[in-house]
Amino acid sequence: MAGASRNGRKISKANIFIYLVLILGSVIMIFPFLWMILTSFKSVPETTLVPPTFFPESFQNTAAYIQVTNSLPFLKLYYNTLMMIFIRVVCAVVFSSMAAYAFAKVHFPMKNLCFALVVSQLMFPAQVFILPQYEMISAIGRTDSIFALVFPGLVSAFGTFFLRQTYMGIPDDLIEAARIDGCGQFRTFVSIAFPLTKTAIAALAVFTALFAYADLMWPLIVNTKLDMLTLSSGLSTLRGQFSVNYPNLMAGSVLAMVPMIVIYLIFQKQFIEGIALTGTKA
Amino acid sequence: MARQQKTKTKYSKGAATGFFMVMPTVIGLIILNIYPLLRTVYMSFFKSGAFGKWTFVGLDNYIKMFQSAGFWTITKNTLVFMVLTVPVTVIFGLIIAVLLDQKIKGKTVFRAIYFLPMVVAPAAVAMVWKWLFNSEYGIINTVLGALHLPSDINWIADPKTALLTCAIVTIWSSVGYDAILLLSGLQSISRTYYEAARIDGATGFQQFRKITVPLVSPTLFFVLMMRVMASLKVFDIVYMMIEKTNPAIRSAETILYNFYQETFVKNNKGYGSALVVWCVILIAVITIIQFIGQKKWVTYDV
Repeated sequence: MAGASRNGRKISKANIFIYLVLILGSVIMIFPFLWMILTSFKSVPETTLVPPTFFPESFQNTAAYIQVTNSLPFLKLYYNTLMMIFIRVVCAVVFSSMAAYAFAKVHFPMKNLCFALVVSQLMFPAQVFILPQYEMISAIGRTDSIFALVFPGLVSAFGTFFLRQTYMGIPDDLIEAARIDGCGQFRTFVSIAFPLTKTAIAALAVFTALFAYADLMWPLIVNTKLDMLTLSSGLSTLRGQFSVNYPNLMAGSVLAMVPMIVIYLIFQKQFIEGIALTGTKA
Repeated sequence: MARQQKTKTKYSKGAATGFFMVMPTVIGLIILNIYPLLRTVYMSFFKSGAFGKWTFVGLDNYIKMFQSAGFWTITKNTLVFMVLTVPVTVIFGLIIAVLLDQKIKGKTVFRAIYFLPMVVAPAAVAMVWKWLFNSEYGIINTVLGALHLPSDINWIADPKTALLTCAIVTIWSSVGYDAILLLSGLQSISRTYYEAARIDGATGFQQFRKITVPLVSPTLFFVLMMRVMASLKVFDIVYMMIEKTNPAIRSAETILYNFYQETFVKNNKGYGSALVVWCVILIAVITIIQFIGQKKWVTYDV
């Protein structure tokens, strides 16, 4: 008993060390965001003080936000980014689910060939497709459009591969039972198999949304009109406009990151578990 | 065995439906990936001229590429970036994951904090770090000064530190992602291994080396591969932090940054295509090396 309690104290000492390290790490992770927000309320002369002040003179100083929203149509950028994410997520989920179910549960002609085609695409960086994709969009005259933003994400090799793993986990008996009950292949998919993959679908949705939101090169290339930019590519234009006006740059960054952070804080568990799932299953 | 034989020769009822269910994805991938891939390789043998005129130049783009000093610089920068970011990110990720796997309170809060940079666009991440690293008014030099360390470092514009600065930002923004993946790998390790080891008197470090590392090695390998690939195709952080006018551009420009400049700014589409093909080859070679190397340290059969 005495031994156990000594052991217990030892563990709690180790725990203090663990907390210290984790808290130090957390400070490093959070500080840049804090500094971003604080700077966005400062004036330009305030940012050049030596030594720098921690808090802005007044949190009512929203000059930077006004200037940034005057030079970039933020409402349009939110809309464009949201539409791009939404359509990409819907496409990834719908098309990948259908294909993944068929790959996992149906035997059809040329299945292996089709599946090899999907898997082979996982190895290539997206940038190797980017120039011909741009040429296609520009050939049909659809640059500066929502469609252009969505285009490379209309289908997802990763989503198909990832969801196939999930469908493989559904017992064949369940599918066969539905089939015997007279469900067609597509009905079985829609009403039996698909509802069983909710967790994986949520994971794919989070994964797709995060990477669409982060993407910079593609939106930068296809959409150059100011009101067709995404939040990411919009920020890169601010950089040219306000090269050292850090309050403005920080205000722009705050505006670009706030919606996603709010969504993240609400669905934090789904975000993290979703990402963990896409990493471990694929 | 008999069953497998059967499925091979006989298609399911509703096979046609199955075929049609994969068609959107297959046709989509042909249009969006296969054709572009072939076209990129094809274009790398051409030179683009004015008014969309293309002239066949054979291997000229590649020869020009291999003979240019700038090309070897960007390749070197990319590889250096990989060496700077990958080991540190993966090791820090593993440390954070191991700490989060202990019996501690506030696990979900810590997890959420470390993952935070993943939900912020790299463009915004780069912007704030550029400000933190500002040579005159940046908080990092101020803190270094307060600690009586060299505080006049021109992080972003000095050729010696520019790429390192980008690497630090990249490590900061990706370490949480790796930690989350590794944590889920750790959580699948059965506690009984640790209990048995403790009874046998194994120290914490011994347990880490003999139990944790081998059992998490498949996840570790996946994370490592993904991290290597991401580092070889780095674009956004470097593009946002190091402008074309930055005096340190030559020592920080990576392959895909250069690809973007050549293809979409200077309109050298043939040469740009050759560059991106080179990037694919580099990724393929390093991935193959990793797959050969994994046999030495990744344990699959436990």
